[in-house]
Amino acid sequence: MASNAAVPFWRAAGMTYITYSNICANLVRNCLKEPYKTEALTREKVHFSIATWKEGKPEKPGNCPLSRTSDRVDFTVS
Amino acid sequence: MLRQATRILSRPVFSNRLSVRALSTEVPATPSTDSTFIDSWKKVNPNMEPPKTPSSFMSPRPPTPSTIPSKITVNFVLPYASELATKEVDMVIIPATTGQMGVLPGHVPTIAELKPGILSVHEGNDVTKYFLSSGFAFIHANSVADIIAVEAVPVDRIDQNSVQKGLAEFTQKVNSASTDLEKAEAQIGVDVHSALNSALSG
Repeated sequence: MASNAAVPFWRAAGMTYITYSNICANLVRNCLKEPYKTEALTREKVHFSIATWKEGKPEKPGNCPLSRTSDRVDFTVS
Repeated sequence: MLRQATRILSRPVFSNRLSVRALSTEVPATPSTDSTFIDSWKKVNPNMEPPKTPSSFMSPRPPTPSTIPSKITVNFVLPYASELATKEVDMVIIPATTGQMGVLPGHVPTIAELKPGILSVHEGNDVTKYFLSSGFAFIHANSVADIIAVEAVPVDRIDQNSVQKGLAEFTQKVNSASTDLEKAEAQIGVDVHSALNSALSG
């Protein structure tokens, strides 16, 4: 079929659209004026806990991998 | 893949509507209740009211008018808030990746990916500008525009100093980046900050 049309530079580097969009949103949030900035930063936080499963049972969740999409990910480890 | 084309094209076209997919541009206004469901319910259970289906709670899709309407209806939504909901305006200018696109009533149905930039909503003599981080805009045949973005701020909430600092930082990162991914991230930073810069000055 048709060859791949010019892909955006971020996709060529292996990034997905969601990652790109989240990076853009984070950069915009960091450039806001003061009261708005603090409200926006609370929106940015993502909470997740990860547990690896072995033989049908979850192990104690250990170190969560750091997400590349945002430097401000807070994760709860339960 | 196209070797089968002549064979497939020469097959008889079925006149049964179910096997013909309507284009989304031609779909008429959807009814909010399903008459076949209600009829079968009444046959089985004539004494109870038929239950409401999710589609009956939704407002029906506005039909495609035969003449071009005078205003477009804009739905501008963010993940955490709905900025404009079915607002009737004269024109919106959206920052598509292919450039600033003006959308007037009667615009051809389009799906546009947006780049970081300014969305301006023109209503009479008022212009409201928002800076969008990125997103999509769907313009339908019935002159309804759905614009979705992850972050959108009015231009007066942007802090000039952070923008300058960010621009300098990312331009430097682009030059010093080693892996493809870092280069892409730095480039995204440069794009977003230069868009913010031109938003502040323009």
